[in-house]
Amino acid sequence: MGKKFQKNLYLTAGFNTVSLGTGRKEFSPKNPRPNIDQYISDAGKGTLKQLTASASAIDDIVISNFMAGRFVKQGHLGAFASVIDPALEYKPSIRVEGACCSGGLGLMTSIRNVLSGLSDVSLTVGVEVQNTVKALYGADILAGAAYYAGMRKEGHAFFFPGIFDKRAKAYSEKYGAEKTRQALARWYENAILNARKCPEAQEHHNTDPNPYQTGLTTPNAKAFLPNLNVFDCSKVSDGGSSIIVASEEGLNKLGKDKSEAIQIAGYGHVVGNITVTYPDASVLETTRRAVAAAYEMAGIGPDDIGVFECHDCFTITGLLSIEAAGFAEKGKGADFVLANNIRSEGRLPTNTSGGLVGFGHYTGGTGIRQAVDVWKQLTKTAAGTQVNIDPNRPYGLTISMGGDDKSVVAIVYQRAF
Amino acid sequence: MNLNSKMNKVAIIGAAGKMGSGISLLLLNLMSNMKLKKELPSNSSLVLIDISDEALSGLYQYLRTQMVKLAEKNINFLRETYADRSDLVENGEMIDEFISESLSIIRLTTALEAAKNATMVFEAATENMDIKSTILNNLCSLVDTNCFFYTNTSSIPISTLENIATLKGRIMGFHFYNPPSVQKLVEVIKAQNTRAEVNEFALELGKSLKKILVPSNDVAGFIGNGHFIRDGLYAISEVLRLQNEYTIHGAIHMLNRVSQDLMIRPMGIFQLIDYVGIDVFQLILKVMNQSLNENLQSALIDRYLAKEIKGGQFSNGQQKDGFLKYEKGNPVAVYSIDEDRYISLNEDRIFKIVDEKLYPLADGHSPWKNLLTCSTSDRDQKLNTYFKNLWNQNHLGAKLAKNYLLRSESIGKHLVDSKVANNAEDVNAVLVNGFYHLYGPINNLFPKEKN
Ligand SMILES: NC(=O)c1ccc[n+]([C@@H]2O[C@H](COP(=O)([O-])OP(=O)(O)OC[C@H]3O[C@@H](n4cnc5c(N)ncnc54)[C@H](O)[C@@H]3O)[C@@H](O)[C@H]2O)c1
Repeated sequence: MGKKFQKNLYLTAGFNTVSLGTGRKEFSPKNPRPNIDQYISDAGKGTLKQLTASASAIDDIVISNFMAGRFVKQGHLGAFASVIDPALEYKPSIRVEGACCSGGLGLMTSIRNVLSGLSDVSLTVGVEVQNTVKALYGADILAGAAYYAGMRKEGHAFFFPGIFDKRAKAYSEKYGAEKTRQALARWYENAILNARKCPEAQEHHNTDPNPYQTGLTTPNAKAFLPNLNVFDCSKVSDGGSSIIVASEEGLNKLGKDKSEAIQIAGYGHVVGNITVTYPDASVLETTRRAVAAAYEMAGIGPDDIGVFECHDCFTITGLLSIEAAGFAEKGKGADFVLANNIRSEGRLPTNTSGGLVGFGHYTGGTGIRQAVDVWKQLTKTAAGTQVNIDPNRPYGLTISMGGDDKSVVAIVYQRAF
Repeated sequence: MNLNSKMNKVAIIGAAGKMGSGISLLLLNLMSNMKLKKELPSNSSLVLIDISDEALSGLYQYLRTQMVKLAEKNINFLRETYADRSDLVENGEMIDEFISESLSIIRLTTALEAAKNATMVFEAATENMDIKSTILNNLCSLVDTNCFFYTNTSSIPISTLENIATLKGRIMGFHFYNPPSVQKLVEVIKAQNTRAEVNEFALELGKSLKKILVPSNDVAGFIGNGHFIRDGLYAISEVLRLQNEYTIHGAIHMLNRVSQDLMIRPMGIFQLIDYVGIDVFQLILKVMNQSLNENLQSALIDRYLAKEIKGGQFSNGQQKDGFLKYEKGNPVAVYSIDEDRYISLNEDRIFKIVDEKLYPLADGHSPWKNLLTCSTSDRDQKLNTYFKNLWNQNHLGAKLAKNYLLRSESIGKHLVDSKVANNAEDVNAVLVNGFYHLYGPINNLFPKEKN
């Protein structure tokens, strides 16, 4: 705790592919779709295109992914780096995994590589292809993000929705079911409204005239779960994201001006115990610790954050993240959301491209996708999703979370100087 | 009566046909779930018999795919039931286990002898007296006198079948609607001597299959076809009356639109005949004509069939062309028997002229689809308002609709009077549940005076 960076760390040249899955007009489970190598290539190339330097300026590559071994029967993703550019062949490249926090861990790996001095420019690519199996079987695969041997057998058919349903239940019971449902509905509405503004988002084509009303639907335990609806869940997605982590020297090598970059002010990387279920389901304790560490390192607090990207794998997770990140006290996250703070024109624009519920959730890439979106917001290149950031609160915060609040990477960003 | 008392060996004859495959799926699902709950006698089997080898292999594929879908839908129940199976953890593993247990129940064969010692038989072979009687006669020598028989015949009186074989008291009609796995309605028909336990078992089975059972008496056509065939013949007689003025294709289009739009039914009468199959319509018509003293026949139907215009469906469920030609399930042309070709709805002005005769729709009209999702009381009120307004209209479409509604009502009443149905409620239940009408033919929704 209280550690400071020995050098400045910059992020630049972020890129997100389309998040492909149900909701996108071009998606049909029957149509052929891009493979995982295509997504690695598309995402990486999206970043390289923004550089004046050639790919040989990249010192190492990190590929973050959760379960390609089961979704597409592919391991050894590190060795796919050269599909992005032949110049990457024979460079150090590694795949990292930490469930849905894989993207956050990818960034952390690049950060460490640059801090160590071994790299000046580290390329992080996050990717997942999940539409290869029906959601019912995908649930079995994703259950690997929890303690499989100890928890899968007793779990719900869809597994993670069952776990987060318990969190929604705990929160509702503690703070009121009606208020909770209304806040989840507003969360859903925000996700859809923001996704419509983002051409890559999975819900970009959503035409629901009243997403809030949809969000208010009373959950049906028989059809799905007692406290969550299907649209309270993040989406099943294919896609990839990519961004560069660089030192000052690295930025220079790439020919990138600081105006095109953001800077890391602090991070927290905290990992809980996967073999146990924490007693209070109404809080995200690991997330709380990770964010606190990031604030401490950056020397700031929640009141300094102007834009927020959280891991809303379910609408309820979004609500709990608001509290874990200190934007509202325990039990007041719902009120915070109901007061429209999270909207793009609100006090704390949150998940400006739709988040996991609206943009989509290609699990291994989501942590990178969040960094890309904050980079766009802080460099004012977010096009249709651009929000105004209060100059008195110039920081961006991302939370990348794996499993049931077990692996968490929280990062605080600011404009590069 | 205990369900599993007859589940030792169930045989389905004509199992690979349209109806047989659906019935096979229903019984396989029932038996598989009983097996899962350890309620099925050990070594129980479902023997699926058909003369077509090729169709049987298609049947196996169909059952497998459909059972997987059902298992996926039923995953919560599977997870509960397999809770103590530590070797089964994932959804996929449980579904695989369930499917392999399920498929191990079935035996596919072309040999009728495989039905030896069956405890229950479903007969769903081709609608032909000779075929059915041969099958039933042969079966009688293969099974003992405790075997119950259920036949899916659409038109042959069950008592006739009861007499041809030594089936006295052991057979009854169990008449599914197409497709059996989806349609909720089953008409159950006792023959003259059907024993009480055969009927009781049918009711028990129907309940387990989650069907709505309506008793019909043993008169050719029963309630459903009894109404449908006469309803169709009425539409044809109207076409013949109107064809001079509006051409035959114009008149067919007119009656089709009147029956769908103005009478607020799910599909027009000629589309429905196409759906059932013009050949099937004729077959049932013939059987009804043989046993009823009513002169039920149609030269027009015979003429279409002579041109090989048959309707019905392709094996993938797609509609074949009949009176109407279809694109993506929607009518786009009408066959003119006079010109010997399909005439597109855009091609001939007559269709436009006809359409104009049907409008305006009376106030309060809502399409069938919209009313389907209303509450019953709401729907009845809307229908009542609409029919009142319809009765005050005087254009050709309104007249045709009113006369047609009254004809449908009188067919319904005739079914009660001639003791095919026990009461008006049963007639209505068949039309509502088997034909998806929003109102029974015998109702209090429209004013009763004739125009
Ligand atoms: N199609 C409908 O809408 C419908 C609705 C209700 C009832 N029914 C009745 O169901 C029965 C079957 O009709 P379908 O439409 O399924 O017909 P179908 O032609 O699709 O199926 C009949 C099956 O019986 C098989 N078959 C013929 N002779 C056989 C024999 N000797 N032994 C074993 N199998 C034999 C055929 O190979 C065929 O697979 C008929 O009695 C029919 O009246 C049909």
